[in-house]
Amino acid sequence: MVQAINSAMDIMLERDPRVVILGEDVGYFGGVFRCTEGLQRKYGEHRVFDTPIAEGGIVAAAIGLGVNGLKPVAEIQFADYIYPAFDQIVSELARLRYRTAGEFFAPVTIRTPCGGGIRGGQTHSQSPEVIFSHVCGIKVIMPSNPYDAKGLLISSIEDEDPVVFFEPKRIYNGPFDGDPHKPAVPWSSHAKGEVPDGYYTVPISRSEVVRAGKDVTVLTYGTMVHVTEAAVRVAGVDAEIVDVRTLVPLDVDTLCTSVCKTGRCVIVHEATRFSGYGAELLATVQEECFWHLEAPIQRVTGWDTPYPHAFEWEYFPGPARIAAALKSVMEAS
Amino acid sequence: MTQRSRLHVPYPPARPGDKPDFSYVQISPAGAVGRPDVTAPARDIESLSLEMVRVLDDQHRAVGPWNPHLEPQDLQVGLRHMLLTRHFDDRMQRMQRQGRVSFYMKSTGEEAVSVGQGMALLPGDMLFPSYRNQGLYIVRGRSLVDLMCQCLSNTKDMCKGRQMPVMYHWASGNIFSISGNLATQFPQAVGWAMAAAIKGEDRLAASWIGEGSTAEADFHHALTFAAVYQAPVILNVVNNQWAISTFQGFAGGEHRTFAQRGPGYGIPGIRVDGNDFLAVYAVTQWAAERARQSGGPTLIEHVTYRAAAHSTSDDPSRYRPKEEWQSWPLGDPINRLKQHLIALGEWSEERHGALEKQLEAHVTACWKEAVSYGTLTEGPSLDPASMFEDVFKQMPAHLARQRDQLRVLLRAQAQEGSPPEKAPEGLQSMAKEG
Repeated sequence: MVQAINSAMDIMLERDPRVVILGEDVGYFGGVFRCTEGLQRKYGEHRVFDTPIAEGGIVAAAIGLGVNGLKPVAEIQFADYIYPAFDQIVSELARLRYRTAGEFFAPVTIRTPCGGGIRGGQTHSQSPEVIFSHVCGIKVIMPSNPYDAKGLLISSIEDEDPVVFFEPKRIYNGPFDGDPHKPAVPWSSHAKGEVPDGYYTVPISRSEVVRAGKDVTVLTYGTMVHVTEAAVRVAGVDAEIVDVRTLVPLDVDTLCTSVCKTGRCVIVHEATRFSGYGAELLATVQEECFWHLEAPIQRVTGWDTPYPHAFEWEYFPGPARIAAALKSVMEAS
Repeated sequence: MTQRSRLHVPYPPARPGDKPDFSYVQISPAGAVGRPDVTAPARDIESLSLEMVRVLDDQHRAVGPWNPHLEPQDLQVGLRHMLLTRHFDDRMQRMQRQGRVSFYMKSTGEEAVSVGQGMALLPGDMLFPSYRNQGLYIVRGRSLVDLMCQCLSNTKDMCKGRQMPVMYHWASGNIFSISGNLATQFPQAVGWAMAAAIKGEDRLAASWIGEGSTAEADFHHALTFAAVYQAPVILNVVNNQWAISTFQGFAGGEHRTFAQRGPGYGIPGIRVDGNDFLAVYAVTQWAAERARQSGGPTLIEHVTYRAAAHSTSDDPSRYRPKEEWQSWPLGDPINRLKQHLIALGEWSEERHGALEKQLEAHVTACWKEAVSYGTLTEGPSLDPASMFEDVFKQMPAHLARQRDQLRVLLRAQAQEGSPPEKAPEGLQSMAKEG
């Protein structure tokens, strides 16, 4: 997935002279997760450059770059470090088009690694997507595989609206089924690990059914798509798994068509539960599919605590918890 | 020809394969910088932020007006603290490589900053450290076992398994919690100092950040509030030249010293040789005295070098010359204090070797004890349900419910007999550096 993300930026730097990459350690070093490796060498330090350690400054400068006609792709090294940029994102980036009636806008893409499962403790494991999906005027994306990551990142860079693009770092180097005891699996073994070399896009605002099934619909995204696939195997349930992948704007049709078909719904995300993105999904399903539902909708999420260093697997909503929820919605009548 | 602006992107003097080049580091001769009265107005002492306070000269003598005239016994204590810090760091790094600890950050080459300052301050002074200040804990006497238990997230971990390694805290030792986020502690220290002033106490606060972190807005908040309220606080910028892969030029160091930021806010700025134990001690003593006499804040820039990787997830050979530290013009703080003591006739190679052996044995014994309280992978462990505690003082109902759900799940898993957890996986690369 790292290579796919790198390739998306490479292609866009090549195709569009307005694209610039900025962030901490993204230049000479190529990023702490290697996502920008080789790009400064190839395109020069005016297109790909390191920044001071100032997330607020990075986003603010990206807004200025964007207003002056460039297409900035800003990296925030960890999603856990994005908060100093919060005011610039919420009050400025998200509303610039609106408050100027379209005269000014900043087509900024903010890439940021998120999620846990890497012994990162409470400051390197967060999934703050809902904090941004609650803000009007920014698109929020979280891919679950290299193919989507590349296509969605290209779409994001081409988009004239701001995008916060979350990259689940646990699956940077391979899919993860929720079992930390198993040896790591590379992306080459996964159907969506194959990524075409050239330009292609995956449309923003389209979710994808990644497993067809008839018993129950699971709505999920990011790392949890793979964990859910494992849980479905464990539970022995014919579940339909929908990879939401574009949190804003939401593809209500795909989600609700599936739930109306199966009549049951489980929502899975790694982020905390209370006021989590699952609450939005749940409310949408309830509004659109109420008369088709045969069981209460269930959510499987991270607990409502900071992400603890020592207990990350007790914290992580793994296959056992998802399987239990699947069984429970199947038993309800 | 039309004039056009051109973006300046800083480039370090040397990258891998280049000859190390520290010609940009302006160094004053030892003893050359005057020591003003602690009551001097900030505007009258701006030159302190341009020059470099140094006490130890090339012949290992302590010279000039900043010489703190410490007793040999105190110098020996300082040397011991610095050496212990280095041995502790080396051991923890090795344990991370063996998979016993998930992550670690060494302070190699910067020991004089924490040890010299820790010794110059009083036990009641409140410290707001960054993640490369383990020497403060050594000076204040926290046992290595306790620090190791934190790194192991075991049953005696002060953080109860909630923080990554090195993110210590010590309320009764007056050392604030280390955050994984950068620079946040800097303005917090100012707030603490304002409270000391409001309450009319004689205590002061001190905080540390890296030169890279001065780019964060919190640095500006700290200096503004400290200046406005003349808070009794010592604000330290540890300029170790590197913030992961970006050199100090990316924090603005190409144009001004970091100490010079102080006068811009009306705060005295002092630039000090951060590898000179005596100079670090002396400027800290000066700033502390000033703060205790209602003279307000001081900004100190410690010029030093990050000899180790940023963290165990980092590989500096990818972005700087491998042997750069050997060319660092301010040397090794431990060796410099050692040579000074030898020059004084108060130390010898034999005593040094014996001390190193003794400290190494001490570190080994501490490690043995620490792992007996469990590691991330074996031995006794904390109750996972404890993760729900301390989110709030009183656990709300929804958290109690989640805790009970986890207990049910863990009981079910125990009955199935789940496999033992494998060695902790470190991050490939993580955590920024200031």
